[in-house]
Amino acid sequence: MALLAACSSSDPGDGGSTADSTDGGSGDAPVTLTWWHNGVAGDTGENSLGDYWDTVAADYMADHPNVTIEIEQIQNEDLQRTRIPTALQSGDAPDLFQQWGGGEMAAQAEAGYLMDLSDVLADDIDRLGGGVAPWQVDGVTYGLPFQFAVEGIWYRPSLFEEAGITEEPTTMAELDDAVQKLKDAGIVPIAVGASDGWPAAHWWYNFALRSCSQDVVASAGTSLDFSDPCWLDAGTQLEDFLATEPFQPQFTSTVAQTGATSSAGMVANGKAAMELMGQWNYFVYEGFTDGSDEAKQALHDDLDWFPMPATDGGSGDPSAAMGGGDGFSCYVDAPAECADFLAYIVSDDVQRGYAEAVGGLPVAPAAADAVTDPVLQEIAQTTSSAAYVQLWMDTLLGPNVGGAMNDGIVNIFNGTGDAQGVVDMMTAAAATS
Amino acid sequence: MTALEASGRSAAPAVDAQASAAGTRPVTPASEHTRRATVRKWAEIALFVGPAMVLFLTFVVYPVVSAARFSLYKWNGVSQFSDAEFIGFENYARALFGGTDPATQQAFTTAYSQPFWEALSHNFAIIFLSMAVQLPIALAVALTLNRRFRGRAFTRVVIFAPYVLSEVIAGTMWLIIFDPNGIATELMRGIGLDMPAGGWFEDPTWGFWTVFFIITWKYVGLAIILFLAGLSGVSEDLQEAAAIDGASWWQIQWRINIPLIGPTIRIWAFLSIIGSIQLFDMVWVLNRGGTAGQYSTIASYMMEIGFFRADWGYGSAIAVIMFFLSFVIALAYMATILRRDNAHPRKAR
Repeated sequence: MALLAACSSSDPGDGGSTADSTDGGSGDAPVTLTWWHNGVAGDTGENSLGDYWDTVAADYMADHPNVTIEIEQIQNEDLQRTRIPTALQSGDAPDLFQQWGGGEMAAQAEAGYLMDLSDVLADDIDRLGGGVAPWQVDGVTYGLPFQFAVEGIWYRPSLFEEAGITEEPTTMAELDDAVQKLKDAGIVPIAVGASDGWPAAHWWYNFALRSCSQDVVASAGTSLDFSDPCWLDAGTQLEDFLATEPFQPQFTSTVAQTGATSSAGMVANGKAAMELMGQWNYFVYEGFTDGSDEAKQALHDDLDWFPMPATDGGSGDPSAAMGGGDGFSCYVDAPAECADFLAYIVSDDVQRGYAEAVGGLPVAPAAADAVTDPVLQEIAQTTSSAAYVQLWMDTLLGPNVGGAMNDGIVNIFNGTGDAQGVVDMMTAAAATS
Repeated sequence: MTALEASGRSAAPAVDAQASAAGTRPVTPASEHTRRATVRKWAEIALFVGPAMVLFLTFVVYPVVSAARFSLYKWNGVSQFSDAEFIGFENYARALFGGTDPATQQAFTTAYSQPFWEALSHNFAIIFLSMAVQLPIALAVALTLNRRFRGRAFTRVVIFAPYVLSEVIAGTMWLIIFDPNGIATELMRGIGLDMPAGGWFEDPTWGFWTVFFIITWKYVGLAIILFLAGLSGVSEDLQEAAAIDGASWWQIQWRINIPLIGPTIRIWAFLSIIGSIQLFDMVWVLNRGGTAGQYSTIASYMMEIGFFRADWGYGSAIAVIMFFLSFVIALAYMATILRRDNAHPRKAR
């Protein structure tokens, strides 16, 4: 995997953690681990991720009779925005919990809530490679990812064919051309769930990734300095792109994932040709089928993916990509078994099982062969061949500055703000944190 | 909480024991009796008021005081509060006029002060529009329904139904109706009109009005039911007498019914004003006050900035501002408009 941009500095041992060195699950004294993750059942009642984690926990408990693992499945936003922050504040936090990395994790680490895993799990950190970088602060590892991938544009080949598009766009000019052809054919070119904010913001992130150099983006996470003109340029590029009217009508009233009129629903039902999204949309689209194997197969036969096209100019590497993933952190006062169990979760076999049972993209290089779907293989391939993978901008910058950025970008989509407004809001938020 | 509660409960026996011990000494029966009565009275007060007071202190006073304390700090809600930086009233200044630091005032005005005033202006718009729209509608409907007819109970239930419906369910229903491809859009197309350019909820001009429509639909039922209850208390003798004297239907409403339900109207207005200041559930369910704050309220703004932007100190300052606003308006309303109702309950006009 390519070097990740989120890790900007190397100053080991300055993480503020008070975790003692642990020896990884010794002794027979009974231990209870609490584990909070975001694997909840979807609309169809299916919960492959939650079911898989249940199996993983059961297997671990079978091997370690003294360990009891208590799992709580919590919806993603509730977990990230309410449950984990309040649990950490109260001092009664779960031992093992979902960790998205980036600025928010850095704040948790600075407050001394997270166990330093650098020494305890040194071998596993080496084994997982560069994918761990977003879960590190100043060279100290505070969590390990089980899933990591870049985002790109999902599209329906049949609609491309209908509009006479023969090649996947590789440049913005080609994308503009494809948009025009689709519009001429009466097809909505691109769906975006701008009502949720972040799906709209991801377009800006990708423009920023192209116009800003790797140094500028990576250091922004810590310096919170947005004076480089490339940040303004990202917004200008977005304004230009919006002027070509590539999105569905009333895109600011469209949500990303819920219901047939959501952006994902539009693509799944053939009402729109493209959508910029992470690898999870593979499963989100499946949720709009009747759930039968034939229906899923029919969907995947007419579903493909290409990386975000390159823009002209800019200081960013054209093959750099936006990406993100999911991991887990141990609470600072968690028993030593927490780190041991986390190592088990990211072990090659469990990672392989994760790819097979859940269809996720594992971080462990040895588990890469378990990914069999050609589209997911392509995403994995793009992830590993990217010049560098930049962690989602909002995750990198943390909730305050990242949230201000997203709000500013949505204002552009609403027509109530402009490129300068995004930079101003980020700068203002940075001044408050 | 338990300590106070326990002391409240145990106070009675302890005092009784002391009292009976005192009873061995020669005291005049009268003073002994008075003392016991006083002790007993206070024990009873402690017993009955104590638990409620404990709950009030724990879940009302303590959070308010905590919010007031948080609002004086720069705190992201993640770090230990003990490490948070004390910045005095800077969070309040940031919300009200962009802060006191000239270097950041311009940026803060756009990023913080403007959304704050915008949200607050939505609250006040809803207060005044409720009076201007809901009040006439509710009065008209209540006066019309204030007679015996077949299906009266059914009609009242139907009118009250939106109010009983949970905000989340009602909000989700309206999201579906006002979806860009939903029923409302189809209906508009059917009569040759188009929906607002940005969609029903997110259009910068129309979003607020769509939400106000939903709020009216949701709460007008409460006003109607309250007014009907008030009207049922108006003596029919008065109306008959007026009719015999030759008053028209309209004159009876205007001169008798409406003045006599004045206290009900004033109480409804009070509830409506306080509800409008604290309006949260519906706007949050719809889409957290809108992607660009099209229909944000001060409560949704507080939640957005406090929880989702992790700006807890600032969010707490917004909470305190909202608290004072409700408090001052409630007091002012009580002291002026409701005073005559409370002071002369029997002579309510």
